[in-house]
Amino acid sequence: MRQIWIISKRELQSFFDSLTAYIMLIAFLGFSGLFTWLYGSDIFFVKQASLQAFFGVSYWTLFFFIPALTMRQFAEENKTGTIELLLTRPVSDWQVIFGKFLATLMLIGIALAFTLPYYYTVARLGNIDHGATIMGYVGLLFLSATYISIGLFASSISNNQIVGFLLALAISILFHFVFGFLANAAGGFISELLYYLSLSAHFESISRGVVDSKDIIYFLSIIFISLVATEAVLKKNRI
Amino acid sequence: MDIVVENLTKIYGTQRAVNNISFKVKTGEVLGFLGPNGAGKTTTMKAITTYLVPNDGDVKVGEFSIHKQPEEIKKRIGYLPENNPLYQDMPVIDYLKFVGRLQGIPSDKIREKIKEMIVVCGLEGEKHKKISELSKGYKQRVGLAQALIHDPDVLILDEPTSGLDPNQIVEIRELIKKIGREKTVILSSHILAEVEATCDRIMIINKGKIVADGTAEELRKHAQGKEILRATIEDADVDTIYSELKNLGNVEMVDIVNKNHNVFEIQSKQNTSSRRDIFRLCVKNNWVLTELMPLETKLEDIFRELTIN
Repeated sequence: MRQIWIISKRELQSFFDSLTAYIMLIAFLGFSGLFTWLYGSDIFFVKQASLQAFFGVSYWTLFFFIPALTMRQFAEENKTGTIELLLTRPVSDWQVIFGKFLATLMLIGIALAFTLPYYYTVARLGNIDHGATIMGYVGLLFLSATYISIGLFASSISNNQIVGFLLALAISILFHFVFGFLANAAGGFISELLYYLSLSAHFESISRGVVDSKDIIYFLSIIFISLVATEAVLKKNRI
Repeated sequence: MDIVVENLTKIYGTQRAVNNISFKVKTGEVLGFLGPNGAGKTTTMKAITTYLVPNDGDVKVGEFSIHKQPEEIKKRIGYLPENNPLYQDMPVIDYLKFVGRLQGIPSDKIREKIKEMIVVCGLEGEKHKKISELSKGYKQRVGLAQALIHDPDVLILDEPTSGLDPNQIVEIRELIKKIGREKTVILSSHILAEVEATCDRIMIINKGKIVADGTAEELRKHAQGKEILRATIEDADVDTIYSELKNLGNVEMVDIVNKNHNVFEIQSKQNTSSRRDIFRLCVKNNWVLTELMPLETKLEDIFRELTIN
């Protein structure tokens, strides 16, 4: 645990040192603020004390931002060779992976924490459904963790950051809407399977405040599979 | 802490980068790895650090095996990889702190340790700079500092002096020698003079196999075999001297190197010396011997002989 924390701290520090963190925070708050309060089907347009608009925007912004955060995490270490320095320290592959995973999740956590004033403001404006809102945030965290683990895997397989970014987007986009889209087009068993694989369905059900173990298991299994695949790649690189 | 390498084999595709290598390094010994590019030096070192998993064979550091207790080995090893990879965007102090903490140095001792490393590696003026702002020589020092910070029993240094200026090279060599008294050190290089200056023992690797192993002295003796002398003898005709030299008992072959200045190269028979005979011959004939020098086989020659086929 100590080793994971040391690695996380360094990763988080490097997000802030390289300005990535600031740019991400500003862009995320800018986009979500704009679409929550000012533009499109914003809060005043729907005339409901609910953060659904915000969750809808975050669903998209996180989908783009997270691959940009994770793309360099292994690719750069592979390229410069620092991965060798890291893995010849008394740390396991898993500690390195969890360290990086946690650092990115913490950054997303910070970004989401900055949107809590939205929650407060809307709660003052009308009768907000507290359960649904809190679950909406939980849903965003699960969503982020899923994209982070996919992003880490994509970053680990090459030493090129752009490849890491595009591959992460390509994998994420399947879960993000391609499966959902295909589910509508297909029929029968395949449709049900694709519908289960589609991330949007699970995210929506959580952000409506409905906690179903099916959704949690869905997120956890994608995270688990991606991280196991990442570990396999790290191991393969050393053989 | 001894390092024992047993039948190490590493195959990349169809190429045997390291082919069934076995050797032992004892505590307090500095072993120099020599070999042309692609000989298998780096691969062997990576296997010792547990980074690479070999196809066959084992490496034991102390009582720990790379297959069974890699974590124990990692705690006791200091490693400077080839090309000295570093987190370029970190300041020197932060980087050393990160490494020190990963190596398990308790937080109350870490400041002291970092200070010590900064003094030992001569980083005082650069400690607050980002690593990317440092010159190559200073980066190399940071690389050494990160390898030494946890006071490891075993040091693996892959080309530790590459990119340093001559003054720095001397400093780093002194440092390695000093460290090498209590620790086990393996370093690789293709600068022969460096290996000769810093290492107690030299191992030459070619195409994944050990082709020579011993002190610089032993390697020379082994390669040399016969004594070769270079002599300049004056006050007589070249041909007269030539035939007289040839008649000496221990002389096997005489070469005239320079006809005008009477310079000869004289090779003696196996395990004999002609030095005294040549001197006596000159005294007897009243010639003047102005130069008599044994020609040593240079390490370069041994290296070339062993690694070129």
